[in-house]
Amino acid sequence: MTVDLGWLVPLPVVLPLFAAGLALALWRHGRAQGAISVVALTLSLAASVALLVASDSEPLVLDVGGWAAPVGISLVADRLSALMLTVSFAVTLSVLVYSLAQGVADGDAETPVAIFHPTYLVLTAGVANAFLSGDLFNLFVGFEILLAASYVLITLGGTGERIRAGTIYVIVSLMSSMLFLLAVALIYAATGTVNLAQLALRLPELDPGVQMTLQLMLLIAFGIKAAIFPMSAWLPDSYPTAPAPVTAVFAGLLTKVGVYAIIRTQTLLFPGGAVDDLLLGAALATMVVGILGAVAQNDIKRLVSFTLVSHIGYMLFGIALSSELGLGSAIFYVAHHITVQTALFLVVGLMERRGGSTSLDRLGGLARIAPVLAVLFFIPAMNLAGIPPMSGFLGKLGLIQAGVAAGSVAAMTLVVASVATSLLTLYAIVKAWNKAFWQPAPVEPEAVRLPGGMVGPAAALVGLGLTLTVVAGPLFGFTERAAAQLRDPSQYISAVLPDGRRGEGESADVAEEAP
Amino acid sequence: MIDTSPSLVLVVVVVALVAAGVYLLLERSLSRVILGVILLSNGINVLFLVAGGRAGGAPIVGQTPDDAMSDPLPQAMVLTAIVITLGVTAFLLAMAYRSWQLTGHDEVQDDLEDRRVARRAADDLAAFEDADTVVTTTLDEDAADARDETGPSARGDGPR
Repeated sequence: MTVDLGWLVPLPVVLPLFAAGLALALWRHGRAQGAISVVALTLSLAASVALLVASDSEPLVLDVGGWAAPVGISLVADRLSALMLTVSFAVTLSVLVYSLAQGVADGDAETPVAIFHPTYLVLTAGVANAFLSGDLFNLFVGFEILLAASYVLITLGGTGERIRAGTIYVIVSLMSSMLFLLAVALIYAATGTVNLAQLALRLPELDPGVQMTLQLMLLIAFGIKAAIFPMSAWLPDSYPTAPAPVTAVFAGLLTKVGVYAIIRTQTLLFPGGAVDDLLLGAALATMVVGILGAVAQNDIKRLVSFTLVSHIGYMLFGIALSSELGLGSAIFYVAHHITVQTALFLVVGLMERRGGSTSLDRLGGLARIAPVLAVLFFIPAMNLAGIPPMSGFLGKLGLIQAGVAAGSVAAMTLVVASVATSLLTLYAIVKAWNKAFWQPAPVEPEAVRLPGGMVGPAAALVGLGLTLTVVAGPLFGFTERAAAQLRDPSQYISAVLPDGRRGEGESADVAEEAP
Repeated sequence: MIDTSPSLVLVVVVVALVAAGVYLLLERSLSRVILGVILLSNGINVLFLVAGGRAGGAPIVGQTPDDAMSDPLPQAMVLTAIVITLGVTAFLLAMAYRSWQLTGHDEVQDDLEDRRVARRAADDLAAFEDADTVVTTTLDEDAADARDETGPSARGDGPR
């Protein structure tokens, strides 16, 4: 490539962070805050799309501050990072517009949550930093940025219920951060570096027992964030109490950051596949326990939260297979699931608004009262359950094909379990549909007009989910190329450390000049 | 290169801090959990010092010979971790205070909905009731109401 696009790499982190500071300074001016947020996220989305196109030829690397790679922090945009960035900014932008419209509709555009916009922007910056980080400690910092922001968002307003649920969320997240930090300290003690590319070179030289310990510690830390069974119990309890847009963006993105971290560390740092059987077992338990939880629920927000836990199992399945098709399908599934799950939570927020409740005992007759809402719920719900020809079906099909190709007993068990989970998802979703949309309304809800600004973004996300189906061919090609890149860590390593020792920052030149 | 073999004192400090931290994390009261988090994070910070090897001179070129320098990287990471823990601790304290304001205590509570589902399951009840399964009539009444093409009610001459 002739044009150096390295300067694009930090934009998705820097733009939202800068805008967050600006929005905080303008806390008295609600409208200005909204405008700043929309502009910052739109620009970040544009930068992500540019990265998506540019990174398809080779990974883009930036050594922050000119400090060459193993000493300084590097930001790396390879195919996986760029795809995750693009999808997440598309989703965060839609949710932002939704929450703006909600603020206008509820008459609290100015008060009481001037803190919402800065925090939301910090959250997106943290997510982008985690996706781009080429350094284990910087990945930890990215996690902390997004977690600290999420602590504020989940307890927004400080009502009793949110404090109760937020307490559990904060403590569990802190626990996972502590484990992550512990793992970083031990990895540094063992290898003397935290740069991912250099770790990929040095970790294989360690004793296999030490490697396994480090791998499992990272896996548990990320597993808590990704809500893998048995570390998933916190999620369905804490997410549903937050405001609808916050729940939507948490459900769509935060668990996927954990999944991304698992993919990155499993493929780059520990490519041997030493814990693949363990991951397969965890995937099975996550799928089955999660969906059984969903079947038992009577509150639609909790029901959808449980399906979220369950479908993390699919991504884990693909990661555990670690074949090109399996990994590619898992990445495709992540992209699909971010859009669909977020859309579903936004629509559930609309249902709560229209029907006045999220309990399936009290909702009813929404198909008659709000037919547009019914369509908006039906499409992502069927997409989640994996009805052909939608993207959920394509992702599951890819995973099942990869499982059959692997052919082992464990993989075949997972294939059966994933089909069963898909059917149970359909059952849980159809139950919610029957009760919320078709049963006669137990209590006729008050006539509330749904603001177009809220319906619009929800519809846009539902449309994005359908678009993923239409462009599934090229997208699947892209995710398989991303998987191929992940399965060949030497590409990543040579991009970050071109001569195998140092990156391309200014300090590399200084080091060479020194005697 | 300075000596990288770990100092036993530091290792003992890490063990003590982490053990006490984990013990406190298992408590119900949020204040104790906060103390646990603080101890745990400090234990991990000390672990970073262990990771950096024995202390040497200040890592400034010209002031200390290259082979007697401390490793500056773990110290930078510890500083970052301390700042993060400070912020999170402040937030947790605010949350504990808010919890005390609202409920008069700062105990971490159970998931109410989970309890409800478990209680109904223990009593062998349905998790929810469908609007059309709330039965108010007996089977005989239903049978009498059922439409029968050949029965007296269908011809309109029987008692309805």
